[in-house]
Amino acid sequence: MTLPRSPAPAAPEFRHPQTQAYWKALDCRFQQVADVFEECLYEALASLSRPGIEAYVEAARTLGKLGRGADPVLAFLEAWPDAAEAVGEASLPALMDLVRSIQKSPNGPALVPLLQTLAPVARRLRGAEPMARYLAVAGDLMARTTGSIHGFHQTQPSPGLPEFFRRAPELLAQLSVGGLAAWTDYGIRNHGRHPDRQREYFSLASADSRAVLQRERHGTLFADVERRLDLSLRALWDEEIPLAPYPAAPPAGDGLAAVTPYLDAQGMRLPDVQDDRNGVRGVDRYRLLVAHMAGHRRWSAPLVADNYSPFQRLAIECFEDCRIDTLLARRYPGLAKPLRALHPVPREGACDPATESCLRHRLAMLSRAMLDPDHAYADPLLQEFTGRFREAMAGGDSSTRAMADIALAYVTRSRRQSDQLARVFFTDTVVDYRDDNRHLWTFIETGDEEESFDQPPPRDEEEADRLPPRHYPEWDYRTQGYRPDWVSVYESLHPSGRASEVDALLAKHAVLARRLKRLLDLLKPQERRRVRFQEDGAELDLDVALRSWIDFRGGTTPDPRINMSHETAGRDLAVLLLLDLSESLNDPVPGTGQTVLELSREAVSLLAWAIGELGDRLAIAGFRSNTRHDVRYQHLKGYSEPWGDPVKARLAATGAAYSTRMGAALRHGAHYLAAQRADRRLLLVLTDGRPSDVDAEDDRLLVEDTRRAVLELEGKGIRTHCISLDGRAEEYVHDIFGGKHSVVDRVERLPERLPMLFLSLTR
Amino acid sequence: MPTDAYRISREPFYAPQGNEVALFEAAYAARLPVMLKGPTGCGKSRFVEYMAWKLGRPLVSVACNEDMTASDLVGRYLLEAAGTRWLDGPLTTAARIGAICYLDEVVEARQDTTVIIHPLTDHRRVLPLEKKGEVVEAHADFQLVISYNPGYQSLMKDLKQSTKQRFAAFDFDYPEAGLEADIVARETGVAPETAARLVQVGHAARKLKGHGLDEGISTRLLVYAALLIVRGVVPRDACRMALVRPITDDADVRDTLDHAIDATFP
Repeated sequence: MTLPRSPAPAAPEFRHPQTQAYWKALDCRFQQVADVFEECLYEALASLSRPGIEAYVEAARTLGKLGRGADPVLAFLEAWPDAAEAVGEASLPALMDLVRSIQKSPNGPALVPLLQTLAPVARRLRGAEPMARYLAVAGDLMARTTGSIHGFHQTQPSPGLPEFFRRAPELLAQLSVGGLAAWTDYGIRNHGRHPDRQREYFSLASADSRAVLQRERHGTLFADVERRLDLSLRALWDEEIPLAPYPAAPPAGDGLAAVTPYLDAQGMRLPDVQDDRNGVRGVDRYRLLVAHMAGHRRWSAPLVADNYSPFQRLAIECFEDCRIDTLLARRYPGLAKPLRALHPVPREGACDPATESCLRHRLAMLSRAMLDPDHAYADPLLQEFTGRFREAMAGGDSSTRAMADIALAYVTRSRRQSDQLARVFFTDTVVDYRDDNRHLWTFIETGDEEESFDQPPPRDEEEADRLPPRHYPEWDYRTQGYRPDWVSVYESLHPSGRASEVDALLAKHAVLARRLKRLLDLLKPQERRRVRFQEDGAELDLDVALRSWIDFRGGTTPDPRINMSHETAGRDLAVLLLLDLSESLNDPVPGTGQTVLELSREAVSLLAWAIGELGDRLAIAGFRSNTRHDVRYQHLKGYSEPWGDPVKARLAATGAAYSTRMGAALRHGAHYLAAQRADRRLLLVLTDGRPSDVDAEDDRLLVEDTRRAVLELEGKGIRTHCISLDGRAEEYVHDIFGGKHSVVDRVERLPERLPMLFLSLTR
Repeated sequence: MPTDAYRISREPFYAPQGNEVALFEAAYAARLPVMLKGPTGCGKSRFVEYMAWKLGRPLVSVACNEDMTASDLVGRYLLEAAGTRWLDGPLTTAARIGAICYLDEVVEARQDTTVIIHPLTDHRRVLPLEKKGEVVEAHADFQLVISYNPGYQSLMKDLKQSTKQRFAAFDFDYPEAGLEADIVARETGVAPETAARLVQVGHAARKLKGHGLDEGISTRLLVYAALLIVRGVVPRDACRMALVRPITDDADVRDTLDHAIDATFP
């Protein structure tokens, strides 16, 4: 007798001949597979067609022969019957195509996550066409992120692909397939070349990944309708309550129970997204939620929770909710229809009281019956209590107390032993426009119901001494879309130096300053105003002229002041001067012995003085950047600050370093400039080169982003004008600023040119 | 004097909100100038019409505007082939025939224009016609009434203290809900419950004043909506057309009011 070489049994015996035949066809020797094969097959027999079963076994056979152990086969055997039910058997070839191309690439380890999440993914997709698109998105991700060292053979596995498969069910719970494709595409484009960041992105660990996910979500976002909800509350309920969102889908998939909307002393908490449901738009679902809670605020009085058992409380809440809904529909009859559309219609007899706790089901039916007079429930107890409810409501608004009395009677009469069972029947019992009624109860004894989720966040020691960054999006011309929260801008007050240095600079340009002064006096402010009753004026004032003519004919002395003219009064202008303080400003200017920075400082001093003379509001700030994570925006002068020693001191201390991420600086500057109340707002950028940064590998990227920022500013009513010191600037500066730029090619004349430019701009 | 042209022949519908009718009668008996304050479309002009009818006085109404000059109120010489002819302005006419002169939205007129009513509104009760060299003594039954909406006008436009302090004043506001519904129903013949729902929409909008709306929905607009409904327009459409679209261009506010309408009308 010889012992078998393999420890696993070579061929397990299945009693059923058909099972045995399929096992043979599977041709698989893994013990783990043998253990579950029969069970999987039974499930498959129940849901797949005959050819479908054969294809199923064949596909499993292929997976078993990949040389990747038992896991792929196991995952597939378990997942496919479920998945096929949701997306159809016809999707199998496409799936196997993807499996084969993954197998051929270095991405083999991604197979298991793909197959393991197949069933939940298929349940979300529901259909062959979305499934095909999902597989195509995955295939695209693989093709574009699998690295090759020599450009010929692909050798590096895609870092993001396994993460993508693992996250797919969670992603698809929030995104449509189209949204998933866009989200994936963004990740590939922006993190394609950085394995760690790519992994972070596809495992939803990075901030931009979550931000793009928010952007691509389906449904109505809370942020988009918040103002309308506020207005609705005010208009319909005369209430002013803070509204705050919470994440509608818990982050860790199905592990956590979803939060129910709630109302407490702090305000109303609503989910951050609502899909359309049963023909009710997302925004209207929000409004119903808000209306229901406002109804509670208006009509509900809290009860002492300690007096009631949990079941009694559940029943009281049910009756009270129905009372509120009835009152809502009474006051705003237009709400009755969506209320009914959203209220579930539990099927009578759907719950078996012998094996499950039917309490919720009974209450949901009762609630339906109380709201919908056309209900079809036959239960006499339900009929009786629906009648009692109607009776109580017939006389007026009724009260929480009255509802509690009815509810207690109902609980006494309807109690069943099985209500205590742990298995609770949940189907069709959740009314999703209702809150969790925590406001309805006061607790005499503080129990373990106390909640304190909102721990104060730990202080970050590093950032204690400066303002937290502001995040700005950046425009990506390749995708024609924004990268959300891409750039972090840190702002601070510029350190000070010696103010006397700037005074010395001004003294040096005293001649120029005198010439400027004459110009400034000539400069007329804008805002035209009509001046009537002028003997000499620009045009005839017909009214007055006629009157004078009549006087003349009537024999009285005519008024000779029959002309009018226009004058301009007040000059309402806010200016922000943005200085590029990047490294290149340290370059010497040939023939002067000065650097560009020193010349800029002189020019800015003169300009600031000139603008101060004119009385326009001027702010000065410098910017520099060291990658997108560290853009510095330093205030040199505030709008209301006079041109005095503190400002001069800061200007004297300016230094130059790092790069020029102009778009973010423009957006941040505009943030303050837009808040200025002025007829005209002007943003002047003084720069010596094209926008660039060390982490931007594509030159055009930041140029296009700056161009976009200029357009945004225009939309806010801010005029941008660039003064470039780069002789070759014509190549790009026109693209960015349109016609609104001046190139100062002789940098040594900057102190003279800058104030002149400003004057001619605002004349 | 052709006073009949200014007489009000039929009783205008006016539902008193309080004792304003009695107060006005007392003010008229003393020939005190009266100022009516209140938001647009709350019934100021209708009240004056009603009082003129009740007191049996002719009513001369002038809608004031920015380009109005003193001679538009007082009168002017007109050119004729033979020379010139004097034509009384509405204020002069009213002073001569003993009418009630109603200057609507008086702040819209420029301040130098409003000053000419001063001699008429104190013990002198005269109107000097500077151009004509005549001083018109006001008729014993003459009374001046002005209206003004303190709400929406800019800070630049306000009445001078010297003008304000010549008037007895009434504060008008939109009537309370029940009365307003009655008014809408009586004015238009719309069903009372529809009128009540219209008023409910109006109240919703008035709560948004200062939160995206400069002014709430006036009683006048509610009447317009009711008129449309009486002509067979579906209430929801009538409300959108008459109540919402005229008063706002803000998409969020519009959406909210549309929702209020949908919620209010079954």
